[in-house]
Amino acid sequence: MKDRNHLSNVGLVHEVSIIENGLIDIPMLQILQPDGTPHKKAKVPELDQQLALKIYRTMRFIRVLDERMVAAQRQGRISFYLASTGEEAASVASAAALKPQDMIMSQYREQGALAFRGYSTEAFMNQMFSNEKEANKGRQMPIHYGDKALNFMTISSPLGTQIPQASGYAYGQKMAGEEAITICYFGEGAASEGDFHAGLNMAAVLNCPVIFFCRNNGYAISTPAEEQFAGDGIASRGLGYGVKTIRVDGNDTFAVYAATQQARAIALKDNCPVLIEAMTYRLAAHSTSDDPTGYRSKDEEARWQQKDPIARLGAWLKNKGWLDEEQENKDLEKIRQEVLQELKRVEKVPICKIDEIIEDVYDTPPWHLKEQLSELKKHMAKYPEAYPKTSGRL
Amino acid sequence: MAKMNLLQAINNALITAMEENEKVMVFGEDVGHFGGVFRATSNLQQKFGRDRCFNTPLTEQGIIGFANGLASQGSVPVAEIQFGDYIFPAFDQIVNETAKWRYRSGGQFSCGTLTIRTPYGGGIAGGHYHSQSPEAYFAHTPGLKIVIPRNPYQAKGLLLASIRDDNPVLFMEPKRLYRASTGEVPEEDYTLPLGKAEITKSGTDITLLAWGAQMEVIDKATELAQKEGIDAEVIDLRSILPWDAETVCESVVKTGRLLISHEAPLTGGFASEIAATVQDKCFLNLESPIARVCGLDTPYPLAHEKEYMPDHLKVFEAIKRTVHY
Repeated sequence: MKDRNHLSNVGLVHEVSIIENGLIDIPMLQILQPDGTPHKKAKVPELDQQLALKIYRTMRFIRVLDERMVAAQRQGRISFYLASTGEEAASVASAAALKPQDMIMSQYREQGALAFRGYSTEAFMNQMFSNEKEANKGRQMPIHYGDKALNFMTISSPLGTQIPQASGYAYGQKMAGEEAITICYFGEGAASEGDFHAGLNMAAVLNCPVIFFCRNNGYAISTPAEEQFAGDGIASRGLGYGVKTIRVDGNDTFAVYAATQQARAIALKDNCPVLIEAMTYRLAAHSTSDDPTGYRSKDEEARWQQKDPIARLGAWLKNKGWLDEEQENKDLEKIRQEVLQELKRVEKVPICKIDEIIEDVYDTPPWHLKEQLSELKKHMAKYPEAYPKTSGRL
Repeated sequence: MAKMNLLQAINNALITAMEENEKVMVFGEDVGHFGGVFRATSNLQQKFGRDRCFNTPLTEQGIIGFANGLASQGSVPVAEIQFGDYIFPAFDQIVNETAKWRYRSGGQFSCGTLTIRTPYGGGIAGGHYHSQSPEAYFAHTPGLKIVIPRNPYQAKGLLLASIRDDNPVLFMEPKRLYRASTGEVPEEDYTLPLGKAEITKSGTDITLLAWGAQMEVIDKATELAQKEGIDAEVIDLRSILPWDAETVCESVVKTGRLLISHEAPLTGGFASEIAATVQDKCFLNLESPIARVCGLDTPYPLAHEKEYMPDHLKVFEAIKRTVHY
């Protein structure tokens, strides 16, 4: 191995020779073509029928959930939503290549990974409605999920914060001798934050078993990738930090699955980070507060519709004889019914109790918080109509 | 005069500043073609070109570090941080660099031309990462000015004054009022003084002090108190740093009572600093303890936002307690 820290084995040149961007050519792994047939020389990863269908159904479920919840936001039933339409393969197929003991530290567009782990429709809804059954006790906006039992770290809004944290979490797993790694999801926009650079650098130097999974989906709200970075995407940065790196077609379930599976094996065996850059596209708006018609063309969106990851995997499954049209329609209808029924049921559950407002600030509420709560409750008792969602349960 | 909302007034101020001085540059996340997530920078790129109004990569520390360099070079940067909650990655650049550049160089270099714009505050169902009021963190930093407008008229006059002030200014915009607050705004150029409070209503029984979006709450509470025969004097602080202790103290000497209200948590909030100063300067004039009606000492919650907020009813009750002490 080269003594990379002291550059003692570095090659010499004797004329000014500036290395230009573009000389590092990082190819993209693609196994399934957009029509759902594998490339001739490509090797389809070993997936049994059950797992292939689970991946497919999870992607389907997430798309239905996204559609329904965006509509629910428009109707004023929830305050906010972020859809992952077009990016389902990136989150679901990568999560499928992990083990349940692996920690997921995500941004906010990886509901597919969480659904794959078994987060229930009801749990999704509880969080979005901030009700009394929600694990995070109504502290955060909709889509900031978290579930300790499923090894899914609760999401934080500020971009990129989870990247150095994932390095630290993975280091802890290694030190504890766990057969587990951490995967950290983020977008190409978040990769501009200082946290990204700190996180990759520390993971590489401290030998942390972590997968950095960048969804390069083309836009950070309105800012297109070309105004986000110059250079060859995010993958080239991995190499700069000494992190093993692969670029994959993020709309190709098999490419994502195969790369993540291998990345996991490497991270665990060699105790090192691996960066995956998944090239995909955010077909949805950034969030329900955004309107993409102001900054990109319908033509561009239509071109990416042709690369729909769900249609692509669906075509492969049908060719393989593991899925038929009739069964698929039945499944879809079932998912739609379930989402709709849960939505109607869960929105009636009362919001979390007022006492919870001072919980979890510290391990136990100190005197000043107790005092403030007690004053608040006295005040609410005097004006119950001003606090209608909570005063009935004082 | 034209009727504008707070966003339009900010946009109008930016156009005025950019037309007047070609060194003024406006940048931040999504501020270019898109006009910012709240559209405060709409049409600026179209009008002034991509060199003067542009998107940056998503890096708050980068935005302010870049702005510091730009300001020290003599340009006039107006940098946007998309939400006040996201200003913390830039904390080091603001607190250790922006604010201290002039001091540490013995006045040879400075970031005096820099203005940082950021939306702040709650009441929009934003949960804790879209609702915080971080003014007190920055008020502990010598070298910065901190300005918060409460309506469109102030927004234009104070923003223009901030851009032209030879000190770095953190200009915090009450996002709850962006579209809700409308009013007459002169189309011509004007500025309002930094560091000067505004008495919005004179009264005799108690001084009520707030800033930004909290002024609406104070006004509502004042009306309730009026019905009970309490005549309050109302002051909009407008500048947090430096703050107008003279106007506040003169008022307290007259009324004998003071109530301060802000959305940020009570402990270590800027109300504490005001209370300490007023106590020092007006001790013998005070007829009751200085009241603070603030956010709870918890992170800003989503589901219990209404309960968390220092609303008009909480202020009203505190007015009565203070007056009848």
